[in-house]
Amino acid sequence: MVARFVIPYADPYLLPMSALLTGIGLTVIYRLNPDDAFRQGLWIVIGVAFFALTLLALRRDYRLLERYKYLFGVGAIVLLALPALPVIGTTVNGARLWVRVGQFQFQPGEVAKLMLIVFLAGYLQEKREVLAQARPKDLGPLLLIWGGAMLVLVQTNDLGSALLYFGIFLGMLYVATGRLAFVVAGLALFVGGAFAVYQFVGRVQDRVAVWLDPWERAQGAGYQIIQSTYSIGNGGFAGTGFGRGIFTTIGGSDPSEAPRQLIPFLNTDFIYAALAQEVGLIGASALLLVYMLFLVRGFRTALLADDGFSKLLAAGLTFGFALQTFIILGGILRLIPLTGITLPFVSYGGSSVLANFVLLALLLLVSNRAYARVT
Amino acid sequence: MNRQITRLAVTGVVLIGALIVATTYWQAWAAPGLVDRQDNALQRVAQFTVKRGRILARDGRTVLAGNVARRVEGRRLYFRRYPQRGLFAHAVGYSTEKRSRAGLERSQNDYLTASNENLGTVLDTTLDKLRGTTVEGNDLVVTLDPRGQRVARDALGGRCGAIVALEPRTGRVLVLVSSPSYDPNLVEGQYERIEQIRADCAPAAPLLNRATAGLYAPGSTFKVVTAAAAFESGRYRLESGFADPGYCEEYGKKVYNYFDQVLPSGYGNVTFLQAMQFSINSVFCNLGKQLGGLAILDQARRFGFYAKPPLETPEEERRASGLYERGRLFSPKDPNAVDPGRVAFGQERLLVTPLQMAMVAAAVANGGTLMRPHLVDRIVSPGGRTVRRTRPDAAGRAMAPETAADLTTMMKAVVAGGTATSAQIPGTVVAGKTGTAETGVRGVNTTSFIGFAPADKPRVAIAVILEQQSGTGGQTAAPLAKPVMQALLGLPSNP
Repeated sequence: MVARFVIPYADPYLLPMSALLTGIGLTVIYRLNPDDAFRQGLWIVIGVAFFALTLLALRRDYRLLERYKYLFGVGAIVLLALPALPVIGTTVNGARLWVRVGQFQFQPGEVAKLMLIVFLAGYLQEKREVLAQARPKDLGPLLLIWGGAMLVLVQTNDLGSALLYFGIFLGMLYVATGRLAFVVAGLALFVGGAFAVYQFVGRVQDRVAVWLDPWERAQGAGYQIIQSTYSIGNGGFAGTGFGRGIFTTIGGSDPSEAPRQLIPFLNTDFIYAALAQEVGLIGASALLLVYMLFLVRGFRTALLADDGFSKLLAAGLTFGFALQTFIILGGILRLIPLTGITLPFVSYGGSSVLANFVLLALLLLVSNRAYARVT
Repeated sequence: MNRQITRLAVTGVVLIGALIVATTYWQAWAAPGLVDRQDNALQRVAQFTVKRGRILARDGRTVLAGNVARRVEGRRLYFRRYPQRGLFAHAVGYSTEKRSRAGLERSQNDYLTASNENLGTVLDTTLDKLRGTTVEGNDLVVTLDPRGQRVARDALGGRCGAIVALEPRTGRVLVLVSSPSYDPNLVEGQYERIEQIRADCAPAAPLLNRATAGLYAPGSTFKVVTAAAAFESGRYRLESGFADPGYCEEYGKKVYNYFDQVLPSGYGNVTFLQAMQFSINSVFCNLGKQLGGLAILDQARRFGFYAKPPLETPEEERRASGLYERGRLFSPKDPNAVDPGRVAFGQERLLVTPLQMAMVAAAVANGGTLMRPHLVDRIVSPGGRTVRRTRPDAAGRAMAPETAADLTTMMKAVVAGGTATSAQIPGTVVAGKTGTAETGVRGVNTTSFIGFAPADKPRVAIAVILEQQSGTGGQTAAPLAKPVMQALLGLPSNP
């Protein structure tokens, strides 16, 4: 409703696709755990409220965000640092990504991601000409952000988040400067840094070893990915059908034994493994095509936008979305080492839902302005 | 900037495209391989939604493995029951959630769950899935004979060992009993009761299929192989004369005849036939030295040694027979690496499975042609259509028909008036050979018997191997073969 009035010219595909993905996610979560689905529903309501709020607040001109870019930059750093703080920082499953205040648990990284994109869009727009000359002294910020990503990696023990932030940065840097050398240098630095971290952080080593051969540790670290692979494999071409997938044990022939979940974190990180089993190759591919379409529409928005900030913002948001999808699904499908991040719009998780809806709102605002100009 | 955005967009699309490719890989290309993995807990659960095919005995009526249905969390699940308990345990195996599968339940899982690639079955299962009805597996009819199986188990009476009986003409496995046995119904929920099983051998290893994976010193039953090699060489006949000094000199040491032989000082001049009849080690020892160890092992290979017998049970549940060194099959190239004299009477480092020795007897019984042993007679779809039927298939010619005839003559003499008189069946001519292998512990032997009946038109070939025996093969193993052969020939067992 709000969208109808505030952004009449916005891309007509992005919102329905997000709704579709959210709906699919909610359905799968309900099928796996009805209680979680109720909570997720609540988060979706809050997410939609934030979505509307973002639209309303920025209805006149979202570009005023550009003015506060450094505030966002600082905000992103503060949020990223939060989990590292004592008392409120919480370690969940070996990764320090959570903040807990009383009953309330939050993953600040999700919001930090958005702030980082806004900051980068503003900053790169301002400095792009200078950076494009690629003088040695201008490489400072690049190294700074690389250092930041490495710090995030060491601090949170989470390769996925570091890869996500740094990937977004490289993507936007490339869009701003058009210099592939930056990307190459950045990737080299990241790989080098990651390799150095790999030497020292046992958890990262585990992840890589499991990626290379999960069956070597079938009962330990490899268990989750193996069971998820079995789940995906069981889907086959057409899937088992909704509600017919198998995610729990049955306690053998001993009826007194309680069923046990086969795959840990099934409705957050591994939701794709559940989905792929029940809807099969056809359904999973369809889902991925929705992501691809979302991506294409997002980049189209970036192409049509008329100012650098808008272009960078739209491209950054969309690329971040794509990269996040790739990092988690690539991990599940063993294209890259597995890291636990959420699948946008589909996974269970409050912070994630919230951040995705705000991301959507920003993208729609950019597209509204861009398309209004075109039509 | 637009050029860069387009490139970034292409990168994004490629990334998502890679995900589609990877999903396709796992769901189409790798899926069958994943299903077959033993640690696939999901598949072990999935199997309970399939109404597994039954496993039936040779008569098509005796149920060896059936199902009971129960609703669990709104899902109709089928659990396996084995009405015959331990009687067919080693051939049939088990199918459980926690301990996966064994035996035919494991190797024939595709047929039992109707996931085989057979076109008709694929069509049926796909239709079943589309209709949302239970997928029904194919029934397995095995070649095992319930009566023979029961008699064999009772004959063993819990002693450690195994009995295997084959139909020489077809290779059908009529009896396959390994003792001690276990109740497959206990594997899922009461495994500790299986672990508590004790027997006169240690470890009791009730789950081990001794008939196909137990390795034993064959002792004198191996003389049948040596004699086959001798006849095939063309240098020996039944009447060939040997001088028996009572011992055989090997590497300067004297190998004496076994203690149960009638004349401790030696038999003097004997024929080849008599040497077999009384199982004279010194004669076979000298014979072995003349033939050479490698020639004897070559003959053994023609009987199927040095390869896992091609039974339908899982590969891990079968072992090859032959010379073993440090737990590994050892195939010498150098004639000096084996002691031909000791190989000739079944000692050296020879280890055999009961199934392999039954194959030796069956090949002799079948005029020299070795048939592939098989356990699965036919596979029947839920609709009653025969999906697959095993046709008798020759594994190869182990020896010339004349050699088989000569060996039969020898083995008839062994039962008629040699070391295996306890295997005689009134009214039926039995051919056989006993074996007594020392284990290194004084007074503890591995005893065996191989044979077939009726000798002139054989319908049953048998191998009996017993562990931890104080007597000889003729005293301990041969008497067990008699009632099993009687049962399989449809003869009344005399009191």
